[in-house]
Amino acid sequence: MGIGGYPEEVSHFLRSHGLEVGDRVKLRLDSGLVLEGVVMPRYSPSTRPVLVLKLRNGYNVGVRIQEIRSVDKVERVTQESPGAPVPLVEELSIAEDKRVALIGTGGTIASRVDYETGAVKPSLSQEELVLSVPEAFQYARIDVEELYSILSEDMKPGMWARIAEEAARKLESGYDGVVIAHGTDTMGYTAAALSFAFHKGLPGPIALTGAQRSSDRPSSDAAFNLTAAVLVASRAPFAEVTVVMHGETGDSYALAHRGVRVRKMHTSRRDAFQSINALPLAKVYPQDGRIEVIDPSHRPRGGGLVLENGFDERVALVKHFPGATGEIIEMLLDKGFHGIVVEGTGFGHIASDAIGAVRRATEMGVPVVITSQTLFGRVNLNVYSNGRRLLEAGAIPVEDMLPETAYAKLSWVLARTRDLGEVRRLMTTSLAGEISWRHNLRLYPRWRHSA
Amino acid sequence: MPELDYRALGLKVGLEIHQQLATREKLFCACPAELGEEEHDEFERRLRPTRSELGDVDVAALFEWRRGRSYLYEAPTMHSCLVEADEEPPHPINREAVAIALAIALAAGSWIPGEVYVMRKVVIDGSNTSGFQRTAIVALGGEVDAAGKRVPIETIVVEEDASRKMGEEGRRVRYRLDRLGIPLIEIATGPVIETPEEAREVALAIGRLLRLTGRVRRGLGTIRQDLNVSIRGGAKTEIKGVQRLDLIPKAVHYEVLRQVRLLEIRDELRARGVSREDVLSMQPVDVTDLFRSTKSKVVRRSLGKGGRVLALRLPQFKGLLGRELMPGRRFGTELADYARFWAGVGGLFHSDELPKYGITGDEVEAVYKALGADPGRDAFVLVADEEEKARRALEVVKERAAKALEGVPEETRAANPDGTTRFLRPRPGSARMYPETDIPPLEVDEELVRMAEEIKPEPVEAKMRRLVEEYGLSRELAEQVIEDVRLDLIEMLISRYHGELPASVIASLFTVTLRGLRGEGVDIEAISDDVLEELVDMIARGEVAKEAAEEILKKAAEEPGKGARAIARELGLGRVTREEAERIVEEIIKENIDKVREKGERARGLIMGRAMAKLRGRIEGKIVAQIVEEKLREALRG
Repeated sequence: MGIGGYPEEVSHFLRSHGLEVGDRVKLRLDSGLVLEGVVMPRYSPSTRPVLVLKLRNGYNVGVRIQEIRSVDKVERVTQESPGAPVPLVEELSIAEDKRVALIGTGGTIASRVDYETGAVKPSLSQEELVLSVPEAFQYARIDVEELYSILSEDMKPGMWARIAEEAARKLESGYDGVVIAHGTDTMGYTAAALSFAFHKGLPGPIALTGAQRSSDRPSSDAAFNLTAAVLVASRAPFAEVTVVMHGETGDSYALAHRGVRVRKMHTSRRDAFQSINALPLAKVYPQDGRIEVIDPSHRPRGGGLVLENGFDERVALVKHFPGATGEIIEMLLDKGFHGIVVEGTGFGHIASDAIGAVRRATEMGVPVVITSQTLFGRVNLNVYSNGRRLLEAGAIPVEDMLPETAYAKLSWVLARTRDLGEVRRLMTTSLAGEISWRHNLRLYPRWRHSA
Repeated sequence: MPELDYRALGLKVGLEIHQQLATREKLFCACPAELGEEEHDEFERRLRPTRSELGDVDVAALFEWRRGRSYLYEAPTMHSCLVEADEEPPHPINREAVAIALAIALAAGSWIPGEVYVMRKVVIDGSNTSGFQRTAIVALGGEVDAAGKRVPIETIVVEEDASRKMGEEGRRVRYRLDRLGIPLIEIATGPVIETPEEAREVALAIGRLLRLTGRVRRGLGTIRQDLNVSIRGGAKTEIKGVQRLDLIPKAVHYEVLRQVRLLEIRDELRARGVSREDVLSMQPVDVTDLFRSTKSKVVRRSLGKGGRVLALRLPQFKGLLGRELMPGRRFGTELADYARFWAGVGGLFHSDELPKYGITGDEVEAVYKALGADPGRDAFVLVADEEEKARRALEVVKERAAKALEGVPEETRAANPDGTTRFLRPRPGSARMYPETDIPPLEVDEELVRMAEEIKPEPVEAKMRRLVEEYGLSRELAEQVIEDVRLDLIEMLISRYHGELPASVIASLFTVTLRGLRGEGVDIEAISDDVLEELVDMIARGEVAKEAAEEILKKAAEEPGKGARAIARELGLGRVTREEAERIVEEIIKENIDKVREKGERARGLIMGRAMAKLRGRIEGKIVAQIVEEKLREALRG
């Protein structure tokens, strides 16, 4: 790649005409047409010999360089400063009675678009927040701190510990609650991890939130979600680790989900986050400040702070599939992994010829935790013989726990103990509401069966 | 319309023709590209003015947002998906739509880029769930023959149509998502048109070029013309959404008139010695107390809700606010449009129209006094509303009034059904456009160009020759077929029934029968292609006579959704044999035997009339005439 993300052929063309990205040029084409515009960088990689020009009417077009007969450079366009933006509200009103710390980790929620290239860059600052989401301040004074600026998929267990540490520091210094801005893809994992780290004591809510539409768009859900999260952090009656996101496709209410029960169930919808095998904690109405508690069995605000931090990064989450043998588990053992979470089929099964690998893992002191790829419902290894053999090989079934939650939990447990008996005890005890023993008929979504 | 010398005034018109393309799918998703009236889901959203985009226009969007404007969307289950609901990123651009646009580009000799880039054009009125319209240039340059000259094409664009506005409910606007994403082609001409009539002719020619591809939609709302109009010394006004061709000359004419009058007002103000500063230094005065016991309902209602009455003096504007710019629209109307747009204020009164609307002469006098204004020279504007809104309204009124000293402001205006226009918004700049990074650029490859070559409209002359030589149409009928909006359907039917039914029968069904019905006020748009196809099939099979067409089509327009055969059955239009027809005629003669005896041969008209009433459409009229002739002679002999 050469200049502006162009292939060498185009870079060479630009160099030989003394051109750079951002130059205003006049191109005379073979057809006689004269194009005037600004040379743009490429935002999508390509080997095509095409130059991208932004015309005066604002449109971009791709010009084949072999069609260009002559080039006139008109001027270098200096980057215009966007000028002082008009504030969304005439007067910022701040609820001074509550304080919320906003910790940025990256993702779509805190991004700005470069209107020239269309590239979206993560950025979250105090000034930015005041200007772009002023309505969040009606519930609390908000202090912003940017901890990371990473993509969701680049999140790692080591970072969970940093986030937990930072959140603890904020709560200790008197904030009423903490909001964590996070990429949505792995937000559920981080929420589960924090739930275990704080399961013994949390004085105020930690609300993770994000956006499914980047904040540069007029239709972005970022401000709605962020305002709802600030509302939860400052005023919810519960001191729980939650994910606060759109409750339905419209801008009506958000849901606060328990961190250990929530899962991203859709690639793109605003209401992608749903509680599985449990009801959400509360409905949240960011436009009028209401919080309707759904699950009354929550930890109240005002308790002490107990942080048990640290995560083991040598834990794997693997899915069983037709044809999978014990090979994958064997490879993980050979690589020295400390724990394995298996997404088994149905009740939690894996193939007969894979069970030997589970036995070997147990013998090596590596826990194998069983969850189900059906997500809904409870694992049960007593119904079929393979299940009983799996139990006998030492597998640890974890009831109705989500695979991702089991992964975060095992990572947290293994950072405390490597004793297999203790690991088993902790994994099968509900520490933060990750296991429940009763499912009524309503805990399963209604799917439509007609068009 | 009063006469104007458009050439002397330096009239320049450019057109932007928007036409829906008849693709199978929408531009950025797999939904069918058509409207749907089935059941729908609903959801409500708000749109935020994005910060870096807060230019002129978005200030208006900002006010809307601050006022809590929200949008209620109807999502029909068969004609919208997550893409229209802004719940899924757009799919790659529809190659079929691009190919149709490229076909036009080939016919116009336009330049075709190596890559097509989809852009986002910010639109925050809720008509696009995303807050922007996706649009892409597929060709630049070229020209078309129209109105006896070569009209240059500036751009050929493919873009998504917006949602259908269904109404407003308080602070909510209701939209339906079926139309969102239907592909549109936009063809923009250079500003070379010099008269209103020429504008119509160019629009007609471009519309015909589009129809010749056979790949565009027809019917109300599928084609829309925007007009860019300016005169020397005036400004470029963009007139949006002219749906009917015959409205184009009117809209252009009225806009010329408006600009001429605005320039006259400017000259008059200058002659009176008014300066911008004179106007801008005016401050609104609260005159609420003068209206405590007013009879004006508008003012009373506003005061009842805790509103205030504010007045603004416009120095030496006397008589100018009441000056007519277009039929029914005065300079004062322009001020009211601004107040409505920028401040959401509905009721605005100006001194040139008062006393009226319950406001008395005494009240007018008192306002003049409170403003320290001269009733003989000055004008004033009154607004009754919440104080903040009223102040904002008078601020924009003041700015608009000051602009009158410069002439014509650059505006986007909307066409009214009578061809006059109203202020829509200021003209946007190009800064409101940025790349749609969710969609990769489309390489214009050989396959795409090949697709376009196949769609490329054949020249009018070639099509004419084919219709005349191959199908035996008269030149006149062929011309009418080519001008018909249903050209593609007519051609298809002519070729399908070639050798079974004369092409002229099919052609006249459209060019004579349908047009005749339209002349009678029948809503022929409501008649579907399916009904027309079925009807032609019935005629070809001899199930009905071609004379039955008129009655069947009339009924089809009233009851869309009903098939031609079903209608024919209901109307009792089944075909009769010659024997049956003879029996019916004999019957009629028997019933009227006295008159027949009395009038003799001259009773033929009467009998023919009665017979046709029973037999029209069931057997050819020619045959009925023969039978009547025969039977009448028999009766008179006997």
